[in-house]
Amino acid sequence: MKSILRLSVNGKPREDAVADNTLLIDYLRDALGLTGTKQGCDGGECGACTVLVDSRPRLACSTLAHSVAGSEIETIEGLSHAGNLSRLQRAFHEHLGTQCGFCTPGMIMAAEALLRSNPHPQRAQIKAALAGNLCRCTGYVKIIESVAAASATTELSA
Amino acid sequence: MAALSDFRLLRPASAAEAVRLRGEYPASRFIAGGTDLLPNMRRGLVTADAVIDLGRIAELSELRVVDDRLHIGAGVTLATLAADPVARARLPALAQAAAAVAGPTHRAAATLGGNLCLDTRCMYYNQSEPWRDAIDNCMKIAGDTCRVATKSPRCWAAFSGDVAPALLVLGAEVQILGPQGMRNLPLSEFYRDDGMAWLSLAPGELLLSVRVPLADGWLSAYEKLQIRGAIDFPLTGVAVALRRTGDLIGELRIACTGVSSRPELIGGLDALAGKTLDDAALSGIDRQIRRGTQPMETTVISVAYRRRATPVLAKRLAKRLWAASA
Ligand SMILES: Cc1cc2nc3c(=O)[nH]c(=O)nc-3n(C[C@H](O)[C@H](O)[C@H](O)COP(=O)(O)OP(=O)(O)OC[C@H]3O[C@@H](n4cnc5c(N)ncnc54)[C@H](O)[C@@H]3O)c2cc1C
Ligand code: FES
Ligand code: FES
Repeated sequence: MKSILRLSVNGKPREDAVADNTLLIDYLRDALGLTGTKQGCDGGECGACTVLVDSRPRLACSTLAHSVAGSEIETIEGLSHAGNLSRLQRAFHEHLGTQCGFCTPGMIMAAEALLRSNPHPQRAQIKAALAGNLCRCTGYVKIIESVAAASATTELSA
Repeated sequence: MAALSDFRLLRPASAAEAVRLRGEYPASRFIAGGTDLLPNMRRGLVTADAVIDLGRIAELSELRVVDDRLHIGAGVTLATLAADPVARARLPALAQAAAAVAGPTHRAAATLGGNLCLDTRCMYYNQSEPWRDAIDNCMKIAGDTCRVATKSPRCWAAFSGDVAPALLVLGAEVQILGPQGMRNLPLSEFYRDDGMAWLSLAPGELLLSVRVPLADGWLSAYEKLQIRGAIDFPLTGVAVALRRTGDLIGELRIACTGVSSRPELIGGLDALAGKTLDDAALSGIDRQIRRGTQPMETTVISVAYRRRATPVLAKRLAKRLWAASA
């Protein structure tokens, strides 16, 4: 059964007819073509699908689209503005926080949520905030360094 | 990736309405944070013709102190609970257990109600459909034997929620709303020792809230063993609460998770009241835990290890609380 879903995605208000059993990740990837959000596991295990719902991190693979009606959703596609990378995107690039890149959108969205609530986190706080995001390539050290580097820059991501 | 079964999503604004809808759609399920239900639905472990979203029910997210008890609505998230100043200061086992669940993104959505009603788990059950088909399934889903104990008439899937043992040692009570109205139950009576029917909730009943006494003089703690430091269910988890009177044990309570089909409040510890926490008391703890829990081959980590590790964890916590209360 489909019904109208009203929410905002990356700052744009939307109204779409969406089936009741649609997961947020499928709505974003299949209906809106926002394929930056990744599906890395069969549900809840890896964090690759992390998006922001009203500035808080959320697993899009374990969320029904209609249950976030009325919310502001942000995906990796919403972070860069006018062709400029956000400070986290730039830091992941410059500090080698990304290798194959599959975990990166989820890592960056989880890190974005952290920096919004805690602009200058300690290393332990960075590790804790990313504890639900798995990476098979980097060994995490470069990811943590990237987030620390981004938190040291003053440029705003918004 | 398997699509979810076709269902209607209903989003009631009150608990009474949720219970009414649950009666109207007998094959429906409640959903709170969805971090347990949706992965299970994706794996074909759960199907429903209607899913009732509890997320819009304001009364479920109440968190406040009422008459020397902490009242926690079933919809309060684990992130909120882990950060709550009252829980952290006066019910540390509860705050520690909430903080120990899964990863931070799960906890931002996951609720206390979902954690207490969590499906039981087993390495033969929490698998993809093709995997389960390849072993002819198990009795918890579409099969007829328990793969863990093939001659057993029952299912041994383990209850693996982190928060229940903490609430058990803290003496929590649950408030339940059903078609017949409201009822209260000690949390220990909320669970049954059966991997397929581990809750005493009747079909159609909704867990409304949990109330935890804020009694003076108690110290408490929760710890779990897990394969990785994050996003892992407990291989075994132990909560301990201790009230000391002078140089003696006033009361000691221990509860375990991950090692039985229900969270287990360990019996026979009353004998320790009036004693000190010496080696004899510690062996008493060891004995009662071995007697009161039954880890089975539900995880890839061996039964022998979990059997030995559970009392070790409990004794470590008891010693720590004993020292802290001196
Ligand atoms: C990778 C991964 C790791 C995890 N690790 C842990 C862990 O370490 N420890 C742990 O305890 N859990 C863990 N979980 C399980 C889960 O995330 C948590 O238990 C969580 O608290 C479930 O809450 P929820 O609100 O998301 O529940 P939901 O998924 O919404 O619901 C779970 C069940 O409870 C029922 N339910 C929910 N609310 C109510 C209510 N008010 N009344 C009646 N029934 C209700 C639902 O119908 C459903 O059957 C993990 C999950 C994943 C995917
Ligand atoms: S896709 Fe792996 S947690 Fe969502
Ligand atoms: S960069 Fe490859 S998974 Fe993280």
